[in-house]
Amino acid sequence: MTHYLDFEKSLADIEGKAEELRTMSRANPEAEVDKEAAALDRKASDMLRKLYDGLTPWQKCQVARHPERPHCRDYVDALFTDWTPLAGDRNFADDHAVMGGLARFRDAPVVVIGHEKGHDTKSRIERNFGMARPEGYRKAIRLMDLADRFGLPVVTLVDTPGAYPGKGAEERGQSEAIARSTEKCLALKVPMVAVVIGEGGSGGAVAFATANRVAMLEHSIYSVISPEGCASILWKDAEKMREAAEALRLTAQDLSRLGVIDRVIREPLGGAHRDAAAAIASVGDGIAAMLGELADQSPDSLRDNRRRKYLGIGAKGLAA
Amino acid sequence: MNWITNYVRPRIGSIFARREVPENLWSKCEKCQTMLFHRELAENLNVCTNCGHHMAITPRARFAALFDGGVFTEVAVPEPIADPLQFRDSKKYTDRLKEARRTTDEREAMLVAEGEIGRTPIVAAGQDFSFMAGSMGMYVGNAIIAAAERAVALGRPLVLFSAAGGARMQEGILSLMQMPRTTVAVQMVKEAGLPYIVVLTHPTTGGVTASYAMLGDVQIAEPGALICFAGPRVIEQTIREKLPEEFQRAEYLLDHGMLDRVTHRKELRGELISILRMLLKQSPAVAADLPAPATPEPQGTPADGEAVADKG
Ligand SMILES: [Zn+2]
Repeated sequence: MTHYLDFEKSLADIEGKAEELRTMSRANPEAEVDKEAAALDRKASDMLRKLYDGLTPWQKCQVARHPERPHCRDYVDALFTDWTPLAGDRNFADDHAVMGGLARFRDAPVVVIGHEKGHDTKSRIERNFGMARPEGYRKAIRLMDLADRFGLPVVTLVDTPGAYPGKGAEERGQSEAIARSTEKCLALKVPMVAVVIGEGGSGGAVAFATANRVAMLEHSIYSVISPEGCASILWKDAEKMREAAEALRLTAQDLSRLGVIDRVIREPLGGAHRDAAAAIASVGDGIAAMLGELADQSPDSLRDNRRRKYLGIGAKGLAA
Repeated sequence: MNWITNYVRPRIGSIFARREVPENLWSKCEKCQTMLFHRELAENLNVCTNCGHHMAITPRARFAALFDGGVFTEVAVPEPIADPLQFRDSKKYTDRLKEARRTTDEREAMLVAEGEIGRTPIVAAGQDFSFMAGSMGMYVGNAIIAAAERAVALGRPLVLFSAAGGARMQEGILSLMQMPRTTVAVQMVKEAGLPYIVVLTHPTTGGVTASYAMLGDVQIAEPGALICFAGPRVIEQTIREKLPEEFQRAEYLLDHGMLDRVTHRKELRGELISILRMLLKQSPAVAADLPAPATPEPQGTPADGEAVADKG
């Protein structure tokens, strides 16, 4: 069953009607409603195109958080072979909000790290809704070290509302863990590529996304704060999230204009959740292209170019 | 290899700024409610003379007390693009900036200076909580990069005093990008073999804590400072329970292994000198009030508690 977002109401009506007609036609083939259903399908697809061509920043936030959007695990299953998860921070725990391990990407061994949000109530709770605790960043640091030691590229898949605002996470030093993870990203002498596949939430995202090449799915977001959080602080009203989403410039398109990301990956019509396989395949091609761009760089230049890239960010505003 | 060399060229010189403070002003300690004579409070580095509560202090006042003879030279910070996102909430970001400049007499939320402490040459960066809650945007990032570059060019340690409500939301993703940018700056100082000391002051939160403020070779905090990534109110909303008063305070972090030391503001200068000289394998500092160095620091007559910044 499709989960419709609030701005997809009229689309839901049309698709519902088309489905009804098809059911009717299956029950009673003489009813001859197939043509009518096909017309409705065309109408729905036109409407979908219009809706998704003109998504507002807030609507993009909703799409990025869509419960049926493919998550890290779906990408790992489809794009990688020999997937061998590696667990634990060797210190306190294994953080289930963060997946990490060895795998092959188009035959070449890599280290994969990503946030996993979960897909039903049980797995969402187990994955803490994709919000890492300090152990998640420390696991990532350990895996990045492993990649560095054996010259393996690092591929990260970013999808998190942000770091976990919990008591234990603070007590165990999540600030330090995030800072060290970002520091590790900037020290690696191997290629590192990141794809924001859903939500790139604040420091929790930066800790995994400080890469040589950063791509975003067309309807994903990457922001210093959630629109709701920003609205409640600056507008003193969490309901002003539409305005905040607008002002924050958190869409893939704005980030590309600002030079913060390198590539926008197209999503299937109606968003990644409408055709997960196609979205995942596009991300795979994006990763391959980005790794290809880095293939000729020496270990030192991989690190130095990554640092230079970040120092240069912000040199132009939106106007440029 | 120095991959930062051509990026930011520091210049000496900036605008002289001073805050007008009426002589006969009393202020109340927010902790013990004692009325304190302003001059007395300033002489005590804004630490309550009754209960020892550490109140906010501007980088300029801090530097005046920190550097030998109160003399320091400002390190110029490259000006970023103004209002890169054309951000507006209930107010325009440019108006908020103007207002902050007017009330603080400062350009932005971080002051960078070079000078000597106990005859030990250093570069210092101080975050100004009175300027838009010390929030980290492009300017603060540029300031830390400028400080790091200056430290490397002069072969001096970098001492950073943090104070921030977090990221500058009005610069959106560009404020977030200061986390990696400032981390590169810290790496440059460390890779040059120079000490990077962080002094966390009240409050240091959000993306600031999760980047340059947690990456020091030595981490010192002022007593009672709130230091966190997620603030106590956000956590209380998430876990639906009241947090103890001492949660996320400097002493609590010290207990949890996140800090090296918690040090009273009045003892900070001596401690910094001592630590730096050991890390640099220099002889112990002379225990005396040293006059301002004659050269190569610029001349200036340090007035009572006033910062002297050279214009040139
Ligand atoms: Zn007091």
